[in-house]
Parts: sequence; C-alpha cells; structure tokens
Amino acid sequence: MAERPISPHLFEGARLHWRWGPHMVVSILHRITGQGLVFVGLPILLWWLGALASGPESYAVFLAAATSIIGYIVLIGLSWALFTHLCSGIRHLVLDIGANYEIDRNKIGSIVSIVGGIVLTVIFWLAVFLF
Amino acid sequence: MGNGTELGRVRGLGSAHHGAHDWRLMRYTSAASLVLVGFLLFSFLLLPDLSYLSVRVWMAQPLVATALALLVIAVFWHSRLGVVELIGDYVHDGGNKFAAIMAVNLLTVGGAAFGLVSIGRVAFGALPA
Repeated sequence: MAERPISPHLFEGARLHWRWGPHMVVSILHRITGQGLVFVGLPILLWWLGALASGPESYAVFLAAATSIIGYIVLIGLSWALFTHLCSGIRHLVLDIGANYEIDRNKIGSIVSIVGGIVLTVIFWLAVFLF
Repeated sequence: MGNGTELGRVRGLGSAHHGAHDWRLMRYTSAASLVLVGFLLFSFLLLPDLSYLSVRVWMAQPLVATALALLVIAVFWHSRLGVVELIGDYVHDGGNKFAAIMAVNLLTVGGAAFGLVSIGRVAFGALPA
C-alpha cells in the first residue's frame, strides 16, 4: 500500500497528521466550554437558586462550598468557560453573517476569541476581589 | 406532483422552511443568554455583598426576578440545543440517540422548572426579616 494520508485519518501512532491551527482550537473549545457550562454550570446555578429559595441555612451551605478553595477553582474555571464560550459564540455570529472567512482574518478572530476569554476572566475576578 | 409514494407526494413542493429551525433558535437563545448572563455578572459585581439578605432582597424586585426567570429559560433552551447537537454528532445508534435526547429533554424541563419555582418562591414570598 502506498503511504497516502486518508481523511479523516488523524493519527500515525501518537503523531498527528496535521498541525493545530487557532481556528481548530477555538472550534473544539467552543464545544468543550459549552458542554462544561451545561453539565457543571447549570447544576451550580440551580443549587444557588434552590438554596436562596430554601432559606438561610441552605444558602450558608452553598456559600461555604462556593468560597472554599475547591469552590473558587470550580467557579474560576466556570467563568473562564463562560467568557471563552461567549467570545467564540460572538465569533460564530460574525461568521453567520458571512464575514471573516479570509484565512488571515479568520485566524486573528480565532486568536482574539481565545485570548478574549482569558482577559475577561482576569478582569472579572480582579473586579470581584478589588471592589 | 404524484399521489403514490410519500416521496412522490412531496416532490416539487419546495422547502418546508423548517430546516433551519434549530439553527435559528440557537442564535436567538444565544443573544438572549448574552444579555441576561451579562446582567447577572454585572449584578454580582454591583451588589454590596452576596449574603443571603442582600441577594434575596435584590432578587425579590420584579424586574430582577423577571430577568432571572428569562435567563433560566434562555440558558436551558440554549443548553438543550447544544447537547442535542453533540448527541447528533457522536451518538449514531438510533435507540441510544432516542434515549439520550429523551433524557436531555426531561432534564432540561426538570431543571428549568426547578429554577423558575425557586425564583418564584423568592419573588412571591415574604422578604426575610
């Protein structure tokens, strides 16, 4: 057999047949952060709402968990997922109107989405802790 | 247009204009989520603290309770579309796909109902002393 790459043939052993580009990263990040928000974020949102409705004791349990070290790690991770999904989601809306398909500009948009998610996360938590 | 087979009966009628239904709902709910989640995040930053009393008093305001109820609907709807899309991409067996989508639908309705009831309890209940 000739050594021909077959699409969608991804791996040769542990080696990828292709190089990662920003547009691939932002695409899979959009899916991962979206599913993360659903399966981690929504239960926490419901816990928060349910605890508020149930009374001060329930809310104290929620606050204690949320402000523990693990709680902060989860919430910071969740906020990063939210801001990244938000930025890559806006990128999708731009693509939906037929804009930004040129290779260079698409690449820039992808990088801006990924960096924007991180920057917004940092700004949000600085605002939480400083004000 | 024939009147024999099912294909024959629909041939030549053109598009039903429903093909992009879920795609459009994904965009509508994304725009709603963007505004409402933005409102929630700014509220977190602007509230004096996130104590039980502060948050309850804040959430009991009609406009806030309305925004949060709409947030629950928009976010759960958007989430349901996203998970169903994931299932469509990765679950190929018809029976498994049916079961997975049914589970997603039940969890979506159940989760959103719990969120709305909780907000309603705060909005319509007595303010804490």
